[in-house]
Amino acid sequence: MADFDVPDFRPYPFVPELKPDAMKGKGPFIAKPVHQEPLGFPGELVDNWEEKAIEKMGDMLKKYRSFRVYLDTCVRCGACTDKCHYFIGTNDPKNMPVARQDLLRSVYRRYFTLAGKFFPKLVGARDLTRDVLDEWYNYYHQCSQCRRCSVFCPYGIDTADISMAAREIMDSIGHGQKYCNEIIAKVFKIGNNLGLPERALRDTLNGLEEDMEDDTGVAVKIPLDEKGVDVLLVTPSADFFAEPHIDGLMGYAKVFHQAGISWTVSSYASEAANFGLFIGSYENMRNISQRIRTAALELGVKRIIFGECGHAWRVAYSYLNTFAGPFDFLDPKYPVPQHICEFTYDLLQKNVLKIDKSANDDMVLTFHDSCNVARATRMGNFPGGQFVIPREVIKAVCNNYVDMPADTIHDQTFCCGGGGGLLTDDLMELRVKGALPRMEALKHVVEEHGVTHMAAICAICKSQFTKIIPYYGFQMDQIVSVHQLVSNAIVLDGGEV
Amino acid sequence: MAIEVNGKSIETDEEGYLVNLADWSEEAAKILAAQDKDASDNPFELTNNHWEVIHFLREYYDEYQIAPAVRVLTKAIGKKLGKEKGNSKYLYELFPYGPAKQACRFAGLPKPTGCI
Repeated sequence: MADFDVPDFRPYPFVPELKPDAMKGKGPFIAKPVHQEPLGFPGELVDNWEEKAIEKMGDMLKKYRSFRVYLDTCVRCGACTDKCHYFIGTNDPKNMPVARQDLLRSVYRRYFTLAGKFFPKLVGARDLTRDVLDEWYNYYHQCSQCRRCSVFCPYGIDTADISMAAREIMDSIGHGQKYCNEIIAKVFKIGNNLGLPERALRDTLNGLEEDMEDDTGVAVKIPLDEKGVDVLLVTPSADFFAEPHIDGLMGYAKVFHQAGISWTVSSYASEAANFGLFIGSYENMRNISQRIRTAALELGVKRIIFGECGHAWRVAYSYLNTFAGPFDFLDPKYPVPQHICEFTYDLLQKNVLKIDKSANDDMVLTFHDSCNVARATRMGNFPGGQFVIPREVIKAVCNNYVDMPADTIHDQTFCCGGGGGLLTDDLMELRVKGALPRMEALKHVVEEHGVTHMAAICAICKSQFTKIIPYYGFQMDQIVSVHQLVSNAIVLDGGEV
Repeated sequence: MAIEVNGKSIETDEEGYLVNLADWSEEAAKILAAQDKDASDNPFELTNNHWEVIHFLREYYDEYQIAPAVRVLTKAIGKKLGKEKGNSKYLYELFPYGPAKQACRFAGLPKPTGCI
């Protein structure tokens, strides 16, 4: 099945034996000029790239105080070492978060600290050589920026920020990653990561409306580019394309229908994902975010709601107002923006939705917290809402729910193994190995509690799991969308029971 | 990278997708398929069942400039070829690496990108 060894489940979690250079390699495919240039980056590695990279690092150190603090404060206590899913799955010591950061930190010391300038060997400082650049490219694409290690760092170093900075520096010298940059270029050209043009989107949505009517006898609509409605739904384009994402989309549609709230999808802002985050590029993040503002204004909506997408919710929750605000034209009664789980939770609390939980009685559910939602955002108006609300939505529509072990959920959740711009086939070995801790936690609840399905609220998590789960002996349809469960259980007025 | 089709060299990208969609032919599809392995580890061979899907994908792409969603594909296949074929299980049996990516490669279409 694979041309690499799929990790064995471990009898109990332990710090793996180190395998130096286990994941040494060339890294993912390098972006071509056609992927780089629309993002404002040089098409290929520039001639004086060493100089340019150091200059860029210097700029970033001046601009972002946090970056310098993260580079300076690490005391190598080792608290982060065994917290990374990629280290656990690959045993490569360079995938210990401290060691991965040190690839950049050692260069920082050489050029920006006194000791490093004069006594480089004494302080572990190194010149930026081609070997170092290649090492950066390889290992900074073995970090999914999930920030689990940061939870355990006594100094609160945001290790993902360092991976993002490394990618930003590499992009600025023309050495970007194909997967992320090709996708961002597609957003600028067509409006979404998939490259799904408006006509194809309309055709897909019409097909889904037909399916829902066949299933339920009720004409549930998925409006596209409809002006003057209450809500603009911004959702990952995977929701229009992949399974089980598309079942989640039909869930959102049924909730809007039953609540009687008018809504629309936009063909211009047909993407919630914002890969600008993964490459640490504020410019690109802003340009992608602006599309949402433009669509909201053109359509004249009162509210913006985000569909199930992990890092999109981080960008929406933490950055949208800065990049694309002020949103003073929206209805101030509602959060700007709002998560679809908050929206559905609220309706469930108010008993607006009729639910037949028995529709999901063929499943025993567990929930995978997506890292960006868990560690970078909130839902609702109380601390920990991002953990509580999705679970409450699931429990409101399902009779059987069990959590995975406590050290693998909430803020200690493990990445699916495909986040942060690594959901690409050229990183399949890394993706399979990095999923080990989550698969172990799932196996535990499957064996102990009869769990049959794992729900998620992130397009990347859903795609990653459906792809890699067979390597661990599960079936791809054991992964479900949270709103797919809502879709199964919601009772539509006038529908067939 | 390149493949040889009837004595002519055709360019493919690093992931084995055709660079120029116009280079596609049934002969090219067979050669692209043979680069993958089937369930018994033999070079992938295209049967009538595969061709039905490949031709549908190409027609859809002609119309919409993108490959169809899996659900659109299963529905269309079901309508055209009977209900027993209109499900994703059938498509994954035909194209174990995923109907979207593997079938698109054989059909000479660009690789679908994104969170999929």
